[in-house]
Amino acid sequence: MGTTVSIDVREPLVEPAVVDDVVAWFHDVDARFSPFRPDSEVSRVGSGELALEDASPDVRAMFTLADELRERTGGYFDPRGHRTDRRPDPTGVVKGWAVDEAGAILRLAGARNFQVVAGGDLIAVGEPEPGRPWRIGIRHPDREDRVAGVLRVRDRAVATSGLYERGAHIRDPHTGQVPGGLRSVTVIGPTLALADAYATAAFAMGDPGIGWVDGQPGFAAVGITAADRVVWTSAAHEMLDLDAAVPET
Amino acid sequence: MPKRGAFALVMTMLAVVLLLGFRTPADIAAITGGDERPGVTGSVGTTGVTTDGATDGATDGATAPPAQKQARTVTGPVVSTRWGTVQVEITVDGGQLKDVAALQLPGGDRRSASISSRVEPTLRSQALSAQSAEIDGVSGATYTSVAYARSLQAALDSAGI
Repeated sequence: MGTTVSIDVREPLVEPAVVDDVVAWFHDVDARFSPFRPDSEVSRVGSGELALEDASPDVRAMFTLADELRERTGGYFDPRGHRTDRRPDPTGVVKGWAVDEAGAILRLAGARNFQVVAGGDLIAVGEPEPGRPWRIGIRHPDREDRVAGVLRVRDRAVATSGLYERGAHIRDPHTGQVPGGLRSVTVIGPTLALADAYATAAFAMGDPGIGWVDGQPGFAAVGITAADRVVWTSAAHEMLDLDAAVPET
Repeated sequence: MPKRGAFALVMTMLAVVLLLGFRTPADIAAITGGDERPGVTGSVGTTGVTTDGATDGATDGATAPPAQKQARTVTGPVVSTRWGTVQVEITVDGGQLKDVAALQLPGGDRRSASISSRVEPTLRSQALSAQSAEIDGVSGATYTSVAYARSLQAALDSAGI
């Protein structure tokens, strides 16, 4: 998938073979789902070579989930939107789901405190050390060595969608203007499959996206606006640590 | 992006509406077409729109609202766009626009909400600053998600969704 995955397991540790299993899982997902592999099931379904009903259960489930999410987000998460041929493609939700499943593998092996990160989206389970939550920074849009805020989470998925480059904004074709909107959206929720899809959808919605996430039970959102403000829902308030801010010089 | 264009249109309309003066409860009821004024369950970022006076969105039959002493919410008109309907509710406090909530979005369900008089907006914001804090991990958009977002937006635009 071209995505870097990192696995961070704290006490109680698991056998190294378990981590190997997680790695193998991600390779398996890549082999079956990658749209960049012509022989993946997703590619073969897309080309018509493989009927969806003949694909493996996971693949069918992902196509179904992607369609459900398209409905739920009013089309702002679109399983076909990034393909020029407009064929269904569940890729946008597969990464999060794969991470959720990796978490299940670790839990079944006895892990209680761990983090699995895939391309800037992650699950943070348990505690990094006894008595404190995981501290997950939200990437600063302008400064690679800084974060815009810190989320304190236990047993949550965190996903971020965004555009950091200034001057590269999509122009509204109807006004010719660069709209206001968001530079990034970070969604916190119980599963990464949904958090990632919601972050993608919310970002595409622009400013109302933060409010839209707020309407999804169990999900919180933090946004960075084009006007350089950090915006967050009331559900995110208790998680967000903004006290450690460094004054801009 | 069509969605943001539609929203900008609604914001402009609301600013004009507010500058024209107070709205009576009867006007609000007619616009929303409902018996109950929906509460706000979500919000958008704060904007720089300044209004001249607080307007009264209350449905309790009060006539003249206390001038700019209390936060008031106003439900905007339902705006039909080619992508669906957009409706917002704004909170005005001390003559300033404090909060905007999207009650309806194209393709989205109208969220039911409890009726309560909100004192504070559900959305908070502050200026972006940079932290150098002890962290265990970072969540951020990567090239992949950026490309996906760009493509998605372009596809939505071209598909007229």
